[in-house]
Amino acid sequence: MKRVTTIAAVLLLGTLAACGSGSSSSSGSPSGSGASSSSGGSSEKTLTVYAASSLTSTFTELGKTFEALHKGTKVTFSFGGSSDLVAQIQQGAPADVFASADAANMEKAVADKAVRETPVNFASNTLQIAVPPDNPAGVATLQDLAEPGINVVVCAPEVPCGAATQKVEKSAGVTIKPVSEEQAVTDVLTKVESGEADAGLVYVTDVEGAGDKVKGVAFPESSSAVNVYPIATLKNGKSPDLAKDFMDLVTGTQGQSVLAAAGFAKP
Amino acid sequence: MIFVLLPLAAMITRVQWDAFLGLITSDSSVAALALSLRTSATSTLFCVLFGVPMAMVLARTSFRGQQLLRSLVLLPLVLPPVVGGIALLYTFGRRGLLGHTFEVLGIQVAFSTTAVIMAQTFVALPFLVVSLEGALRTSGERYESVAATLGARPTTVFRRVTLPLVLPGLAAGAVLSFARSLGEFGATITFAGSLQGVTRTLPLEIYLQREVDPDAAVALSLVLVVVAVAVIGLARGGRGA
Repeated sequence: MKRVTTIAAVLLLGTLAACGSGSSSSSGSPSGSGASSSSGGSSEKTLTVYAASSLTSTFTELGKTFEALHKGTKVTFSFGGSSDLVAQIQQGAPADVFASADAANMEKAVADKAVRETPVNFASNTLQIAVPPDNPAGVATLQDLAEPGINVVVCAPEVPCGAATQKVEKSAGVTIKPVSEEQAVTDVLTKVESGEADAGLVYVTDVEGAGDKVKGVAFPESSSAVNVYPIATLKNGKSPDLAKDFMDLVTGTQGQSVLAAAGFAKP
Repeated sequence: MIFVLLPLAAMITRVQWDAFLGLITSDSSVAALALSLRTSATSTLFCVLFGVPMAMVLARTSFRGQQLLRSLVLLPLVLPPVVGGIALLYTFGRRGLLGHTFEVLGIQVAFSTTAVIMAQTFVALPFLVVSLEGALRTSGERYESVAATLGARPTTVFRRVTLPLVLPGLAAGAVLSFARSLGEFGATITFAGSLQGVTRTLPLEIYLQREVDPDAAVALSLVLVVVAVAVIGLARGGRGA
Protein backbone atom coordinates (compact mmCIF):
# COMPACT_ATOMS: atom_id res chain seq x y z
CA MET A 1 0.00 0.00 0.00
CA LYS A 2 2.79 2.35 0.97
CA ARG A 3 4.58 1.59 -2.27
CA VAL A 4 1.51 2.57 -4.21
CA THR A 5 1.47 5.90 -2.41
CA THR A 6 5.12 6.43 -3.25
CA ILE A 7 4.57 5.73 -6.92
CA ALA A 8 1.54 8.00 -6.93
CA ALA A 9 3.64 10.73 -5.33
CA VAL A 10 6.34 10.29 -7.94
CA LEU A 11 3.84 10.43 -10.74
CA LEU A 12 2.30 13.55 -9.26
CA LEU A 13 5.70 15.20 -8.99
CA GLY A 14 6.36 14.13 -12.56
CA THR A 15 3.23 15.85 -13.70
CA LEU A 16 4.31 19.00 -11.90
CA ALA A 17 7.71 18.87 -13.58
CA ALA A 18 6.08 18.34 -16.93
CA CYS A 19 3.93 21.38 -16.34
CA GLY A 20 7.05 23.29 -15.45
CA SER A 21 8.77 22.29 -18.64
CA GLY A 22 5.70 23.16 -20.63
CA SER A 23 5.46 26.67 -19.30
CA SER A 24 9.15 27.31 -19.65
CA SER A 25 9.50 26.02 -23.16
CA SER A 26 6.65 28.17 -24.26
CA SER A 27 8.13 31.25 -22.64
CA GLY A 28 9.15 32.41 -26.06
CA SER A 29 5.64 32.22 -27.35
CA PRO A 30 3.19 34.92 -26.53
CA SER A 31 0.55 34.76 -23.86
CA GLY A 32 -2.51 35.68 -25.77
CA SER A 33 -4.96 35.02 -22.98
CA GLY A 34 -6.52 37.97 -21.33
CA ALA A 35 -5.13 40.30 -23.93
CA SER A 36 -8.54 41.18 -25.23
CA SER A 37 -10.37 41.55 -21.96
CA SER A 38 -10.80 45.21 -21.21
CA SER A 39 -9.75 45.82 -17.64
CA GLY A 40 -11.96 48.75 -16.81
CA GLY A 41 -15.58 49.46 -17.58
CA SER A 42 -16.87 50.50 -20.98
CA SER A 43 -14.97 53.80 -20.76
CA GLU A 44 -11.54 52.18 -21.13
CA LYS A 45 -10.67 50.84 -24.55
CA THR A 46 -8.11 48.16 -25.26
CA LEU A 47 -5.87 47.82 -28.28
CA THR A 48 -4.24 44.44 -28.76
CA VAL A 49 -1.03 44.35 -30.76
CA TYR A 50 0.69 41.15 -31.92
CA ALA A 51 4.30 41.89 -32.75
CA ALA A 52 7.49 39.97 -33.51
CA SER A 53 9.84 39.46 -30.55
CA SER A 54 12.50 41.67 -32.12
CA LEU A 55 10.12 44.62 -31.75
CA THR A 56 9.67 44.17 -27.98
CA SER A 57 11.55 47.23 -26.76
CA THR A 58 10.58 49.62 -29.56
CA PHE A 59 6.89 48.73 -29.56
CA THR A 60 6.65 48.84 -25.77
CA GLU A 61 7.95 52.39 -25.94
CA LEU A 62 5.56 53.29 -28.77
CA GLY A 63 2.71 51.72 -26.80
CA LYS A 64 3.36 54.15 -23.93
CA THR A 65 3.42 57.04 -26.41
CA PHE A 66 0.12 55.82 -27.87
CA GLU A 67 -1.52 55.59 -24.44
CA ALA A 68 -0.40 59.15 -23.69
CA LEU A 69 -1.89 60.35 -26.98
CA HIS A 70 -5.17 58.46 -26.53
CA LYS A 71 -6.30 58.94 -22.94
CA GLY A 72 -8.30 56.01 -21.59
CA THR A 73 -6.80 53.53 -24.02
CA LYS A 74 -4.75 50.56 -22.89
CA VAL A 75 -2.33 48.91 -25.31
CA THR A 76 -1.67 45.22 -24.69
CA PHE A 77 1.17 43.49 -26.47
CA SER A 78 1.79 39.89 -27.32
CA PHE A 79 5.36 39.42 -28.45
CA GLY A 80 6.46 36.16 -30.02
CA GLY A 81 7.88 34.45 -33.07
CA SER A 82 6.08 35.73 -36.17
CA SER A 83 5.02 32.23 -37.22
CA ASP A 84 3.56 31.54 -33.76
CA LEU A 85 1.63 34.81 -33.90
CA VAL A 86 0.24 34.06 -37.37
CA ALA A 87 -0.87 30.62 -36.19
CA GLN A 88 -2.74 32.26 -33.31
CA ILE A 89 -4.32 34.87 -35.58
CA GLN A 90 -5.46 32.07 -37.91
CA GLN A 91 -7.02 30.35 -34.90
CA GLY A 92 -9.05 33.49 -34.23
CA ALA A 93 -6.98 35.40 -31.68
CA PRO A 94 -8.64 38.80 -31.11
CA ALA A 95 -5.71 40.97 -32.18
CA ASP A 96 -6.12 44.47 -33.67
CA VAL A 97 -2.68 44.90 -35.19
CA PHE A 98 -0.05 42.46 -36.45
CA ALA A 99 3.59 43.42 -37.01
CA SER A 100 5.63 40.62 -38.57
CA ALA A 101 9.40 40.22 -38.75
CA ASP A 102 9.22 38.98 -42.32
CA ALA A 103 7.07 39.19 -45.41
CA ALA A 104 6.40 35.43 -45.54
CA ASN A 105 4.42 35.34 -42.30
CA MET A 106 2.44 38.45 -43.20
CA GLU A 107 1.58 36.79 -46.53
CA LYS A 108 0.12 33.87 -44.57
CA ALA A 109 -2.18 36.28 -42.74
CA VAL A 110 -3.12 37.97 -46.01
CA ALA A 111 -3.83 34.63 -47.69
CA ASP A 112 -6.08 33.76 -44.75
CA LYS A 113 -8.02 37.02 -45.32
CA ALA A 114 -7.25 38.04 -41.73
CA VAL A 115 -6.02 41.55 -42.56
CA ARG A 116 -8.19 44.62 -43.20
CA GLU A 117 -5.99 46.52 -45.65
CA THR A 118 -2.80 45.90 -47.59
CA PRO A 119 0.14 45.61 -45.17
CA VAL A 120 2.65 48.46 -45.01
CA ASN A 121 6.40 47.94 -44.65
CA PHE A 122 7.72 50.04 -41.76
CA ALA A 123 11.28 48.87 -41.04
CA SER A 124 14.07 46.60 -42.19
CA ASN A 125 16.85 44.70 -40.54
CA THR A 126 20.05 43.06 -41.74
CA LEU A 127 22.36 40.45 -40.28
CA GLN A 128 25.47 41.22 -38.33
CA ILE A 129 28.11 39.03 -36.73
CA ALA A 130 27.92 39.08 -32.94
CA VAL A 131 31.07 38.20 -31.00
CA PRO A 132 31.89 38.24 -27.27
CA PRO A 133 33.31 41.65 -26.21
CA ASP A 134 36.91 40.39 -26.27
CA ASN A 135 36.40 38.65 -29.65
CA PRO A 136 38.49 35.58 -28.70
CA ALA A 137 38.54 34.15 -32.22
CA GLY A 138 39.45 37.48 -33.83
CA VAL A 139 36.50 37.49 -36.23
CA ALA A 140 36.62 40.40 -38.67
CA THR A 141 34.83 39.18 -41.82
CA LEU A 142 32.12 36.74 -42.84
CA GLN A 143 34.83 34.54 -44.38
CA ASP A 144 36.42 34.12 -40.92
CA LEU A 145 33.32 32.20 -39.79
CA ALA A 146 34.20 29.39 -42.20
CA GLU A 147 37.60 28.85 -40.54
CA PRO A 148 37.91 25.48 -38.83
CA GLY A 149 38.07 25.40 -35.04
CA ILE A 150 35.82 28.37 -34.37
CA ASN A 151 32.45 27.85 -32.74
CA VAL A 152 29.79 29.54 -34.84
CA VAL A 153 26.11 29.48 -33.91
CA VAL A 154 23.40 30.39 -36.41
CA CYS A 155 19.61 30.15 -36.72
CA ALA A 156 18.13 26.99 -38.23
CA PRO A 157 17.19 27.40 -41.93
CA GLU A 158 13.55 26.78 -40.96
CA VAL A 159 13.23 30.12 -39.12
CA PRO A 160 13.47 33.58 -40.79
CA CYS A 161 16.91 34.53 -39.42
CA GLY A 162 18.26 31.17 -40.61
CA ALA A 163 16.81 31.70 -44.07
CA ALA A 164 18.56 35.06 -44.18
CA THR A 165 21.80 33.38 -43.05
CA GLN A 166 21.61 30.90 -45.91
CA LYS A 167 21.01 33.70 -48.40
CA VAL A 168 24.02 35.62 -47.16
CA GLU A 169 26.23 32.52 -47.26
CA LYS A 170 25.17 31.78 -50.80
CA SER A 171 25.76 35.26 -52.14
CA ALA A 172 29.15 35.46 -50.44
CA GLY A 173 30.15 31.95 -51.48
CA VAL A 174 30.97 31.04 -47.89
CA THR A 175 30.03 27.76 -46.23
CA ILE A 176 29.71 28.02 -42.47
CA LYS A 177 29.77 24.81 -40.45
CA PRO A 178 27.86 25.82 -37.32
CA VAL A 179 28.13 23.95 -34.03
CA SER A 180 24.45 24.64 -33.44
CA GLU A 181 21.41 25.75 -35.44
CA GLU A 182 19.18 27.54 -32.99
CA GLN A 183 15.44 27.96 -32.95
CA ALA A 184 15.43 31.72 -32.45
CA VAL A 185 17.76 34.63 -32.84
CA THR A 186 17.72 35.23 -29.08
CA ASP A 187 19.10 31.71 -28.53
CA VAL A 188 22.01 32.56 -30.83
CA LEU A 189 22.59 35.80 -28.95
CA THR A 190 22.63 34.19 -25.50
CA LYS A 191 25.17 31.63 -26.66
CA VAL A 192 27.47 34.43 -27.79
CA GLU A 193 26.83 36.48 -24.63
CA SER A 194 27.77 33.54 -22.41
CA GLY A 195 30.98 33.07 -24.40
CA GLU A 196 29.91 29.56 -25.37
CA ALA A 197 30.13 30.48 -29.04
CA ASP A 198 32.93 32.49 -30.66
CA ALA A 199 30.52 34.11 -33.08
CA GLY A 200 26.88 34.11 -34.10
CA LEU A 201 24.81 35.57 -36.90
CA VAL A 202 22.05 37.81 -35.56
CA TYR A 203 20.28 41.00 -36.60
CA VAL A 204 21.82 44.46 -36.23
CA THR A 205 19.07 45.36 -33.75
CA ASP A 206 19.95 42.36 -31.55
CA VAL A 207 23.54 43.52 -31.29
CA GLU A 208 22.29 47.04 -30.54
CA GLY A 209 19.89 45.75 -27.88
CA ALA A 210 22.49 43.58 -26.16
CA GLY A 211 24.54 46.66 -25.20
CA ASP A 212 28.14 45.91 -24.25
CA LYS A 213 27.54 42.19 -23.71
CA VAL A 214 28.40 41.50 -27.35
CA LYS A 215 30.31 43.31 -30.08
CA GLY A 216 28.93 43.64 -33.59
CA VAL A 217 31.00 42.99 -36.70
CA ALA A 218 29.37 44.40 -39.82
CA PHE A 219 30.01 42.73 -43.17
CA PRO A 220 29.16 43.99 -46.68
CA GLU A 221 27.50 40.72 -47.78
CA SER A 222 24.66 41.36 -45.31
CA SER A 223 22.95 43.56 -47.92
CA SER A 224 21.96 40.42 -49.85
CA ALA A 225 19.40 39.51 -47.18
CA VAL A 226 17.35 42.45 -46.05
CA ASN A 227 14.47 41.51 -43.78
CA VAL A 228 11.46 43.76 -44.21
CA TYR A 229 8.91 44.25 -41.41
CA PRO A 230 5.28 44.69 -42.51
CA ILE A 231 2.41 45.86 -40.29
CA ALA A 232 -1.35 45.50 -40.84
CA THR A 233 -4.66 45.93 -39.06
CA LEU A 234 -6.70 42.78 -38.51
CA LYS A 235 -10.34 41.90 -39.17
CA ASN A 236 -10.67 40.11 -35.85
CA GLY A 237 -9.82 43.29 -33.94
CA LYS A 238 -12.45 45.10 -31.91
CA SER A 239 -11.07 48.62 -32.28
CA PRO A 240 -10.39 49.28 -35.99
CA ASP A 241 -9.98 53.04 -35.55
CA LEU A 242 -7.42 52.72 -32.79
CA ALA A 243 -5.64 50.06 -34.84
CA LYS A 244 -5.32 52.45 -37.77
CA ASP A 245 -4.02 55.16 -35.41
CA PHE A 246 -1.39 52.80 -34.01
CA MET A 247 -0.26 51.84 -37.49
CA ASP A 248 0.06 55.54 -38.37
CA LEU A 249 2.15 56.10 -35.24
CA VAL A 250 4.56 53.30 -36.19
CA THR A 251 4.92 54.41 -39.82
CA GLY A 252 5.02 58.12 -38.91
CA THR A 253 8.00 60.25 -37.86
CA GLN A 254 7.74 59.42 -34.17
CA GLY A 255 7.66 55.68 -34.73
CA GLN A 256 10.42 55.80 -37.30
CA SER A 257 12.77 57.70 -34.99
CA VAL A 258 12.22 55.18 -32.16
CA LEU A 259 12.91 52.32 -34.57
CA ALA A 260 15.99 54.02 -36.02
CA ALA A 261 17.39 54.52 -32.51
CA ALA A 262 17.15 50.75 -31.97
CA GLY A 263 19.13 50.03 -35.12
CA PHE A 264 16.31 49.38 -37.60
CA ALA A 265 16.77 50.72 -41.11
CA LYS A 266 14.10 52.18 -43.40
CA PRO A 267 12.11 49.54 -45.31
CA MET B 1 -8.70 11.04 -17.46
CA ILE B 2 -10.50 12.73 -20.36
CA PHE B 3 -8.34 15.79 -19.73
CA VAL B 4 -5.29 13.70 -20.60
CA LEU B 5 -6.78 11.61 -23.40
CA LEU B 6 -8.71 14.23 -25.34
CA PRO B 7 -5.67 16.27 -26.45
CA LEU B 8 -3.95 13.06 -27.52
CA ALA B 9 -6.99 12.02 -29.54
CA ALA B 10 -7.21 15.49 -31.07
CA MET B 11 -3.59 15.22 -32.14
CA ILE B 12 -4.18 11.83 -33.75
CA THR B 13 -7.05 13.24 -35.82
CA ARG B 14 -4.60 15.78 -37.25
CA VAL B 15 -2.12 13.16 -38.48
CA GLN B 16 -1.86 13.02 -42.28
CA TRP B 17 -1.82 9.26 -42.62
CA ASP B 18 -1.02 9.10 -46.33
CA ALA B 19 2.16 11.13 -45.78
CA PHE B 20 2.89 9.74 -42.32
CA LEU B 21 5.58 7.23 -43.30
CA GLY B 22 7.40 9.76 -45.45
CA LEU B 23 7.33 12.36 -42.70
CA ILE B 24 8.71 10.11 -39.98
CA THR B 25 11.35 8.40 -42.13
CA SER B 26 12.99 11.61 -43.35
CA ASP B 27 16.70 11.92 -42.58
CA SER B 28 16.23 14.53 -39.89
CA SER B 29 13.44 12.57 -38.15
CA VAL B 30 15.37 9.30 -38.06
CA ALA B 31 18.50 11.09 -36.82
CA ALA B 32 16.49 12.80 -34.08
CA LEU B 33 14.77 9.60 -32.94
CA ALA B 34 18.04 7.64 -32.91
CA LEU B 35 19.77 10.39 -30.96
CA SER B 36 16.88 10.60 -28.49
CA LEU B 37 16.88 6.86 -27.80
CA ARG B 38 20.66 6.71 -27.48
CA THR B 39 20.99 9.70 -25.15
CA SER B 40 17.99 8.71 -23.02
CA ALA B 41 19.39 5.21 -22.51
CA THR B 42 22.77 6.61 -21.52
CA SER B 43 21.20 9.17 -19.20
CA THR B 44 19.16 6.43 -17.50
CA LEU B 45 22.38 4.51 -16.91
CA PHE B 46 23.95 7.57 -15.28
CA CYS B 47 20.80 8.14 -13.22
CA VAL B 48 21.13 4.61 -11.81
CA LEU B 49 24.86 5.08 -11.24
CA PHE B 50 24.42 8.37 -9.34
CA GLY B 51 20.93 7.77 -8.00
CA VAL B 52 21.43 4.47 -6.16
CA PRO B 53 24.10 5.80 -3.76
CA MET B 54 22.10 9.00 -3.26
CA ALA B 55 18.93 7.07 -2.43
CA MET B 56 20.86 4.82 -0.04
CA VAL B 57 22.27 7.82 1.80
CA LEU B 58 18.84 9.44 2.04
CA ALA B 59 17.00 6.28 3.12
CA ARG B 60 19.50 4.49 5.34
CA THR B 61 21.31 7.22 7.24
CA SER B 62 20.24 10.19 9.26
CA PHE B 63 22.28 13.28 9.83
CA ARG B 64 21.83 16.99 10.34
CA GLY B 65 20.74 18.73 7.19
CA GLN B 66 19.43 15.57 5.57
CA GLN B 67 16.06 17.19 4.96
CA LEU B 68 17.79 20.05 3.22
CA LEU B 69 19.87 17.66 1.13
CA ARG B 70 16.75 15.82 0.05
CA SER B 71 15.10 19.06 -1.05
CA LEU B 72 18.18 19.96 -3.05
CA VAL B 73 18.27 16.58 -4.76
CA LEU B 74 14.62 16.98 -5.73
CA LEU B 75 15.08 20.55 -6.95
CA PRO B 76 15.33 19.67 -10.68
CA LEU B 77 11.81 18.20 -10.41
CA VAL B 78 10.20 21.53 -9.71
CA LEU B 79 12.70 23.76 -11.46
CA PRO B 80 11.82 24.86 -14.99
CA PRO B 81 14.22 22.89 -17.23
CA VAL B 82 15.45 26.11 -18.84
CA VAL B 83 16.77 27.15 -15.42
CA GLY B 84 18.55 23.80 -15.20
CA GLY B 85 20.08 24.46 -18.61
CA ILE B 86 21.31 27.88 -17.53
CA ALA B 87 22.79 26.40 -14.34
CA LEU B 88 24.60 23.71 -16.34
CA LEU B 89 25.86 26.32 -18.79
CA TYR B 90 27.42 28.36 -15.99
CA THR B 91 29.01 25.24 -14.54
CA PHE B 92 30.30 23.34 -17.53
CA GLY B 93 30.22 26.03 -20.23
CA ARG B 94 33.44 27.46 -21.62
CA ARG B 95 33.31 30.41 -19.23
CA GLY B 96 31.58 28.45 -16.49
CA LEU B 97 32.84 27.36 -13.10
CA LEU B 98 34.57 24.24 -14.39
CA GLY B 99 34.84 25.39 -17.98
CA HIS B 100 38.49 26.41 -17.73
CA THR B 101 39.50 23.08 -16.22
CA PHE B 102 37.74 21.28 -19.05
CA GLU B 103 39.37 23.52 -21.63
CA VAL B 104 42.84 22.70 -20.27
CA LEU B 105 41.98 19.02 -20.50
CA GLY B 106 40.91 19.58 -24.07
CA ILE B 107 37.28 18.66 -23.45
CA GLN B 108 34.53 20.78 -24.91
CA VAL B 109 31.16 19.95 -23.45
CA ALA B 110 28.91 22.57 -25.02
CA PHE B 111 27.30 21.72 -28.36
CA SER B 112 28.19 18.03 -27.97
CA THR B 113 26.09 14.93 -27.39
CA THR B 114 27.69 14.78 -23.94
CA ALA B 115 25.91 18.04 -23.11
CA VAL B 116 22.57 16.48 -24.10
CA ILE B 117 23.20 13.52 -21.80
CA MET B 118 24.21 15.85 -18.95
CA ALA B 119 21.05 17.90 -19.35
CA GLN B 120 18.87 14.78 -19.41
CA THR B 121 20.60 13.22 -16.42
CA PHE B 122 20.21 16.47 -14.48
CA VAL B 123 16.44 16.63 -14.94
CA ALA B 124 15.78 12.86 -14.70
CA LEU B 125 17.91 11.96 -11.68
CA PRO B 126 15.33 12.97 -9.02
CA PHE B 127 12.78 10.54 -10.48
CA LEU B 128 15.09 7.63 -9.78
CA VAL B 129 16.10 8.87 -6.34
CA VAL B 130 12.51 9.44 -5.23
CA SER B 131 11.26 6.04 -6.45
CA LEU B 132 14.20 4.17 -4.98
CA GLU B 133 14.21 5.99 -1.67
CA GLY B 134 10.52 5.18 -1.29
CA ALA B 135 11.16 1.52 -2.07
CA LEU B 136 14.08 1.38 0.35
CA ARG B 137 12.04 2.89 3.17
CA THR B 138 9.12 0.57 2.49
CA SER B 139 11.25 -2.56 2.48
CA GLY B 140 12.73 -1.60 5.85
CA GLU B 141 16.02 -2.55 7.40
CA ARG B 142 14.98 -5.75 9.18
CA TYR B 143 16.25 -8.25 6.62
CA GLU B 144 19.45 -6.28 6.24
CA SER B 145 20.22 -6.32 9.97
CA VAL B 146 19.41 -10.03 10.15
CA ALA B 147 21.79 -10.72 7.27
CA ALA B 148 24.44 -8.59 8.95
CA THR B 149 24.14 -10.44 12.28
CA LEU B 150 24.53 -13.68 10.34
CA GLY B 151 27.93 -12.41 9.26
CA ALA B 152 27.28 -10.99 5.81
CA ARG B 153 29.53 -8.12 4.81
CA PRO B 154 27.85 -4.78 3.86
CA THR B 155 28.50 -5.32 0.13
CA THR B 156 26.99 -8.82 0.33
CA VAL B 157 23.97 -7.46 2.21
CA PHE B 158 23.45 -4.83 -0.45
CA ARG B 159 23.84 -7.28 -3.32
CA ARG B 160 21.94 -10.24 -1.91
CA VAL B 161 19.29 -8.62 0.30
CA THR B 162 18.68 -4.93 -0.34
CA LEU B 163 18.89 -4.92 -4.11
CA PRO B 164 16.46 -7.81 -4.80
CA LEU B 165 13.96 -6.26 -2.39
CA VAL B 166 13.93 -2.85 -4.06
CA LEU B 167 14.35 -4.04 -7.64
CA PRO B 168 10.77 -3.14 -8.67
CA GLY B 169 11.23 0.35 -7.22
CA LEU B 170 14.54 0.71 -9.03
CA ALA B 171 12.98 -0.45 -12.30
CA ALA B 172 10.08 1.98 -11.92
CA GLY B 173 12.51 4.78 -11.21
CA ALA B 174 14.65 3.89 -14.23
CA VAL B 175 11.60 3.85 -16.51
CA LEU B 176 10.48 7.25 -15.26
CA SER B 177 14.00 8.61 -15.75
CA PHE B 178 14.09 7.27 -19.29
CA ALA B 179 10.72 8.78 -20.09
CA ARG B 180 11.72 12.12 -18.62
CA SER B 181 14.99 12.09 -20.61
CA LEU B 182 13.08 11.31 -23.77
CA GLY B 183 10.87 14.34 -23.30
CA GLU B 184 13.61 16.70 -22.16
CA PHE B 185 13.57 19.98 -24.07
CA GLY B 186 14.29 23.14 -22.10
CA ALA B 187 17.63 22.24 -20.55
CA THR B 188 18.85 20.70 -23.80
CA ILE B 189 18.08 23.68 -26.00
CA THR B 190 19.64 26.05 -23.45
CA PHE B 191 22.76 24.05 -22.69
CA ALA B 192 23.46 21.83 -25.69
CA GLY B 193 22.13 23.73 -28.68
CA SER B 194 20.49 22.13 -31.68
CA LEU B 195 22.30 20.38 -34.53
CA GLN B 196 21.02 17.43 -36.52
CA GLY B 197 22.51 14.12 -35.37
CA VAL B 198 24.55 15.73 -32.58
CA THR B 199 22.27 17.60 -30.20
CA ARG B 200 18.88 17.83 -31.90
CA THR B 201 16.75 15.31 -30.05
CA LEU B 202 13.18 14.44 -31.02
CA PRO B 203 11.47 17.15 -28.92
CA LEU B 204 13.79 19.79 -30.42
CA GLU B 205 13.11 18.48 -33.92
CA ILE B 206 9.36 18.64 -33.29
CA TYR B 207 9.63 22.21 -32.07
CA LEU B 208 11.66 23.20 -35.13
CA GLN B 209 9.45 21.38 -37.66
CA ARG B 210 6.44 23.20 -36.25
CA GLU B 211 7.86 26.39 -37.82
CA VAL B 212 7.69 25.11 -41.39
CA ASP B 213 5.80 21.84 -41.50
CA PRO B 214 3.13 21.38 -38.81
CA ASP B 215 2.19 18.00 -40.35
CA ALA B 216 5.68 16.66 -39.73
CA ALA B 217 5.58 18.02 -36.17
CA VAL B 218 2.30 16.20 -35.50
CA ALA B 219 3.61 12.96 -37.04
CA LEU B 220 6.78 13.11 -34.93
CA SER B 221 4.78 13.91 -31.81
CA LEU B 222 2.80 10.74 -32.37
CA VAL B 223 6.05 8.77 -32.67
CA LEU B 224 7.21 10.21 -29.35
CA VAL B 225 3.91 9.30 -27.70
CA VAL B 226 4.11 5.74 -29.05
CA VAL B 227 7.70 5.32 -27.82
CA ALA B 228 6.78 6.68 -24.40
CA VAL B 229 3.75 4.41 -24.09
CA ALA B 230 5.83 1.42 -25.24
CA VAL B 231 8.49 2.10 -22.62
CA ILE B 232 5.97 2.38 -19.80
CA GLY B 233 4.06 -0.66 -21.09
CA LEU B 234 7.23 -2.73 -21.31
CA ALA B 235 8.21 -1.84 -17.78
CA ARG B 236 4.76 -2.72 -16.44
CA GLY B 237 4.70 -6.00 -18.36
CA GLY B 238 8.18 -6.83 -17.14
CA ARG B 239 7.16 -6.31 -13.55
CA GLY B 240 3.97 -8.31 -13.89
CA ALA B 241 5.77 -11.35 -15.29
